Amino acid sequence: MSLRGRLATALALFLAVVGLALWVVFGFITPTTPTTDFTSAQPAGSPVNLTIQAVGAIGFGPHPTWVSYLVKTPAGKWIQSTIWKLPAHTKVNLTIMQYDSGSPLRNQIWGQVAGTQGGTELLNGKPISFYNSYGGNGVGHTFAVPAIGLVVPLVGVPSSAPNICGTAPCTPNYAHNVIKVSFTTPSAGSYSWQCFVPCGLGTLYGNGGPMGALGYMGGFLDVTA
Amino acid sequence: MTDTSTREPRHFARMFVLWLVVAGVADALFYTLAGPHVPPGTMTTSAKDNQFDFNVLLVIALPVLIAVWIYMGYAIVMWRSTRKGVAEPVGGAVARGNKGVQFAWIASTSTIVMGLFVFGTVALINGAGSGGGEGPNPVWSPNSKAPLQVQVIGQQWKFTYRYPSFGGFETTQLILPNNTTIEFHVTSLDVTHDFWAYQLGVKADANPQLDNVAYTTTRETGSVTVRCDELCGIWHGAMYNYGRVISPAAFEAWATATQRASVANTKLLPPYALTYVPDANGADGGLYPTNVDPYSASEVYGAKVAAS
Amino acid sequence: MSVIDAVPVTDSEPTEDYVNLGVFGRLTHRRGWLSQHLGTAVIGFVLGYLLGHWLGNVVAGGYSYVQNSGQNNVADTGGLLLGVLGWLFGAGALNYPIAKMMGREPAEERFDPSWTRYFRYTADHKVVGLQYIFSVLTFLFTGGLLAMAIRTELLSPTSHAFGPGTYIAIVSEHGTVMMMMATSIVVGPFGNWLVPLMIGARRTAFPRVEAFSFWTFTAGYLVIMSALFYGGFPTGWTGYAPLQTQAGAGMMSYLVGFAVIGMGMMAAGFNLAVTIVTCRAPGLTWGRLPIFVWSVLATAALLTLATPTLVAGGFLGILDRTAQTAFYVNEHGGSSYLWQNLFWFFGHPEVYIMALPGFGIVAEMLPVFTRKPLFAYKVAAAGMLGVALLSFFVWQHHLFQSGINPDMRPLFMLTTELISIPTGFIYLVGLGTLYKAKIRFEIPMLFALALFFNFLIGGVTGVFLSDVPVNVQVHGSFFVLAHFHYTIMGGLVFAFFGGIYYWFPKMTGKMMNKTLGKIHFWMMFIFFNLTFFPMFIIGLLGQPRRVFEYAQNLQTLNDIASVSAFFLGASFVVFVANFVWSIFINPVAAPPNPWDSLGLEWQTPSPVPYYNFERIPVIMADPYHYSEPNAPQLADLGVGSDRTDEKVEVGK
Repeated sequence: MSLRGRLATALALFLAVVGLALWVVFGFITPTTPTTDFTSAQPAGSPVNLTIQAVGAIGFGPHPTWVSYLVKTPAGKWIQSTIWKLPAHTKVNLTIMQYDSGSPLRNQIWGQVAGTQGGTELLNGKPISFYNSYGGNGVGHTFAVPAIGLVVPLVGVPSSAPNICGTAPCTPNYAHNVIKVSFTTPSAGSYSWQCFVPCGLGTLYGNGGPMGALGYMGGFLDVTA
Repeated sequence: MTDTSTREPRHFARMFVLWLVVAGVADALFYTLAGPHVPPGTMTTSAKDNQFDFNVLLVIALPVLIAVWIYMGYAIVMWRSTRKGVAEPVGGAVARGNKGVQFAWIASTSTIVMGLFVFGTVALINGAGSGGGEGPNPVWSPNSKAPLQVQVIGQQWKFTYRYPSFGGFETTQLILPNNTTIEFHVTSLDVTHDFWAYQLGVKADANPQLDNVAYTTTRETGSVTVRCDELCGIWHGAMYNYGRVISPAAFEAWATATQRASVANTKLLPPYALTYVPDANGADGGLYPTNVDPYSASEVYGAKVAAS
Repeated sequence: MSVIDAVPVTDSEPTEDYVNLGVFGRLTHRRGWLSQHLGTAVIGFVLGYLLGHWLGNVVAGGYSYVQNSGQNNVADTGGLLLGVLGWLFGAGALNYPIAKMMGREPAEERFDPSWTRYFRYTADHKVVGLQYIFSVLTFLFTGGLLAMAIRTELLSPTSHAFGPGTYIAIVSEHGTVMMMMATSIVVGPFGNWLVPLMIGARRTAFPRVEAFSFWTFTAGYLVIMSALFYGGFPTGWTGYAPLQTQAGAGMMSYLVGFAVIGMGMMAAGFNLAVTIVTCRAPGLTWGRLPIFVWSVLATAALLTLATPTLVAGGFLGILDRTAQTAFYVNEHGGSSYLWQNLFWFFGHPEVYIMALPGFGIVAEMLPVFTRKPLFAYKVAAAGMLGVALLSFFVWQHHLFQSGINPDMRPLFMLTTELISIPTGFIYLVGLGTLYKAKIRFEIPMLFALALFFNFLIGGVTGVFLSDVPVNVQVHGSFFVLAHFHYTIMGGLVFAFFGGIYYWFPKMTGKMMNKTLGKIHFWMMFIFFNLTFFPMFIIGLLGQPRRVFEYAQNLQTLNDIASVSAFFLGASFVVFVANFVWSIFINPVAAPPNPWDSLGLEWQTPSPVPYYNFERIPVIMADPYHYSEPNAPQLADLGVGSDRTDEKVEVGK
């Protein structure tokens, strides 16, 4: 082969390797949960209405048995997304449709409502400031943003209920609890949120699986100025 | 230039003088200018002691580093093959070793090392463990009649704190009184975490079922950064919070107020203990079958509602 | 004594029917593309994986944890293990035992002059050495790309290029791939290629074990890379339990991968240790052994003795995750400390596995480029053995804050500080050899000098870490990260590249391009220091390892490190360009002994015939008689040597 030919072959092989690396990177490493934008859904300064749901089994995708949160986009569609873009220093009216059953908490401190307006949450219209996870229906999940001290325990639906929703997105026809809280977004930045209930079934301490993956039981509040 | 081959310069004398000057200046500059600002500062006894230890080590290390650098720099300049008039090297027995040099090298490095060992051990014992986790049975503890016990509970992915002297309330805030000896009891509810209270000079692994004790005594008020320092899963990087060291009076007020505010939830917590035995299976149906000894979910939680 | 005493003198290329009298040992072997090679190994891996995965699903599909989590660790383990077996089967590693079991006597392996031998299972130590070079470079560049991803994420304290789970997966994959690479980066390529030549042998002691070590090493690459397709694992390279027990399916790739690599490490170490002890040429006494061979001997001992702990630890981890045992789960009677102890009992000798061969390479090169004998040879050899021995007694310094055995801390502080004494011997040797020398700044020498600069910083900061009170502050922070990158990358990887530039002419018969080499060196040296020195400060200022978010005030330092890291990565592109250019695109023939070395490996003909030496040489002196007028002759290479016309001159 001529010098030119060898050079061309080497370059072609190099490009092929780079292409393979990029394919691995984009095919297997980077896919992550999509971001949902709530900054332009309402006039600047007015409260953001954020509606999410927690389901016992997502029912689709690579892990159909995993529990997951879903969010209602400003256009009214339920999607699996846990990164939400929110405006800074703005009141958020958060409505959580809880379709999953509950269990005792690993640490009952997460049964204490914290960081919300008035320090309470509305559980099916009734204000509570803490929930005893060892009694009643237990706590299914919590919606918690550690950096701003927000903790919202989501009381579970009775596991004996006849119509427990098994596949997302769930509709209010299934057994559910409605939890409403209001909180104010902090200054701009990226704030992680997670669930503190060990709900990753089949994993040690219940904190693997959906608890250890973005897009199911954890995400970010992407607060922009 | 031509007489370099006839008159051999005194290489070691040159290097020694250079070393003495550079190392002396470097040490003096470091100790006076940078030393007082070396992390983690002087907020607690362990922070202050560890800062002092670091500074001493660096004051010893700088001359060592500088000695090697000066020697190598000198060799590169003086004995490079491209330098005009560089002498032909001499092989044979003289170049293969020198008992005196070898002995001096081994003796001096051994002396430094043994000195560092003695220094480190004295600092460790005098510093009551230097703020490091000493496990359930600490061998070094400070001379304090009534240290404030604070329990640090690591869990995926947040530290919480319990104050047994105030009814055992649990909180997400780390607030400490000034001029007080603190006895941290670090444990975990799941995987291994590490409690690193940066400004306090305290670091202790949080292991499930194990009580890891670390001591320090606060000296100054201010803000404290707590980070998890042992990889604990997806949100390891987000597992941090900020605490404060405040005046004893303000601490008393904060603690009693918090105790009162969280009384309802405190009642539901397990009684204060040095370790906890939460359900290793999570929300039922975990990795292990639930009916296996020694763990029994129903014994821990009483009547239990099955999860989805 | 060598295994083979005589081989007929030949002056022609080996012919088709030439039987090479056991130089490689027995292997059943076919030729041509229809036989076994890399391609069939890949097919074997895929088929084995599918079979194992299917079996695992049959066996464990009904386990409650499998049904709950949707994750079958038994199937993943089975797939990976049978995949590795299929890989070995496809490559031809099992032909010999299968033939033996069927009662057939396998044939001799014959010398294969075709370039396709580099893609085959062969017991030729020089082919295996080159195969190793390409695969450790593959490991290195894969790990390097992952490092670029890490530094991309750390450009900003809060906004993210990757999700946190992806970031942890990348960090873990980077650490594991690099550690796996570093265990073999010198012993694999240079150990296998050079040791027989340096000790006057025709082959290693166990050529089939040598080939096995290479093919398990490459299988380990496939296994650890499979973690990415499983979604990664979140534990870092240390794999701490019980997070290990909790993690997703990618964890199986880590556990199986380290076990597989561990098998290869043990095989490589065992083979080389026996080779050095038993296969030395007559007259090659311990006092005449090249210092590089001493370093390989010390490393081989560590590989053989430390690695079983890792494999055993990984095996327990696999059991915890598949058979639901609880070795590492405190709540069920296990202990998370068990993994930490097993892992570091391997892990700390391992970091010396990653230091000693680097010392050996630079100590071997220094006399050549200073034209002086090695200073304090015996101290150097004793230092390497001393480090190897002491390295088994320091592991708990990784657990200073773990809460284990506080009363043992002074002891482990002492042993850790003691190990700096024999480690420091390399400086005595290096500085003594430089004294009144005539230093030629060829590219290998630049890398050797860089090692002394970098490792000094890495070593001195290691003493800081051994001091328990200071360790309270810096344990688990970027300070540690900077420290071990200064020792492993600044030491071993620099030595490795020095070794490539130094021995490349011998191994390939071609010269590397000098200009590109200098660009590579200076870029690598400058940007290595700019990348990792700021990390000492970052760590002191409170940034823990493996975090995706850090304090705002550390952004400038992190950005300096990140940008420098990108340039550091670019320096390897220069190297690859040089490597490919010099081998494939525009090769320039190398003189037989371009550096005027006295080493025995340079006295063989170029290219080295497959039998290395026509006569087993008789060694008469050590190879460091530089600048000595009446130096003894190095070796009697015997009549019939290609170089009888040119006397082996010693003492120039």
